[in-house]
Amino acid sequence: MRLKRGIKDGIPIALGYFSVSFAYAVLARKTGFPIWFPILVSATNFTGTGQFVGTELIAAGAAIAELFSAMLIINIRYTLMSLSLSQKMGSDFPLWQRAIIAFGVTDENYAVAIRQPQKLTMSYLLGLMVCSFAGWVGGTVCGAALGDVFPPSLMSAFGIALYAMFVAIIIPPSRSDKSVLFLVCISTAASCLFYFTPVLNTLSEGWVIIIASVFCTTIAALLFPRKEPASDQNTSKQETPNSQNNTDIAANDDNREDLK
Amino acid sequence: MTLEDMLIGCLIMAGVTYITKAISLLLFRKEIKNTFVQSFLYYIPYSVLAVMVFPAILFSTDIIWSGLIGTAVALILSFFKRGLLVVSLSSIAAVYLAELLFRILL
Repeated sequence: MRLKRGIKDGIPIALGYFSVSFAYAVLARKTGFPIWFPILVSATNFTGTGQFVGTELIAAGAAIAELFSAMLIINIRYTLMSLSLSQKMGSDFPLWQRAIIAFGVTDENYAVAIRQPQKLTMSYLLGLMVCSFAGWVGGTVCGAALGDVFPPSLMSAFGIALYAMFVAIIIPPSRSDKSVLFLVCISTAASCLFYFTPVLNTLSEGWVIIIASVFCTTIAALLFPRKEPASDQNTSKQETPNSQNNTDIAANDDNREDLK
Repeated sequence: MTLEDMLIGCLIMAGVTYITKAISLLLFRKEIKNTFVQSFLYYIPYSVLAVMVFPAILFSTDIIWSGLIGTAVALILSFFKRGLLVVSLSSIAAVYLAELLFRILL
């Protein structure tokens, strides 16, 4: 059952991925890479922006240190996402399962998984990630194989696919939750500031994402602390009903009073 | 590019990517009880996505006008709570039609 839900949630991501990785493979072939290279990269990396930039750098003959730091800056946002995902997985997740799930952490998989109202299970995450990974690798294979005959006009239209999906993730909760709306607005403003201001726009995308989102989220978390971290905390209380846990929750409630 | 360049490059990309994804999943296994941190982690995805989408979505297509139209379609449909796939495919279609129209008119 849970596996099925995961697969079902993974289908729209897989379709979005198919188009993006298709574009990636076509670009890699145009840059002069052999047919197997984009496929190998997609199968071992499973990340969007990082692959585009990394492949470009390799083509340009970049030094290893440059490739390393560029990948680190672009991908460091995953560390934040994994941290927040880790909180939704419960402490009974064995290490080897975490090691597998880690590979499937992407912007979209994360965004969909974190929206689940209940604790995440291995089968749900596996369904979600295997499905989207299939779309990612499938798109790369097709793009590498038949990129030359694909009409460029359609390619341009596919460029908007994942962005549109992100919009569909952030707008509905902004409608029902004023604090999310506030956060989305200041984040957009911050992003535009970095995008259009002369000196600031030389900063790489990875840094902009980290600086702007950490700053804006801190403001939102201070102004609107979550009143009911309820469901998560209650389940954890039942799972490990020790005194340590309870005092922590009590202290936590005090903090919340202070913030109000 | 030699074969070696490509293989080493791919290895570095894969290694760095996996480490950034795995490190906090493997190291931070305990649940965080602090309200601020909990709120922070609850809010962060919305902020990250907003920063990634705007204003980049406007420039994600060949011409700004089709980007604007695609963005408008995505905003309107998701305001009325359509699903991810519907929003995504509608935006793609809107961009494609818009660019087709521009090519015919100009």
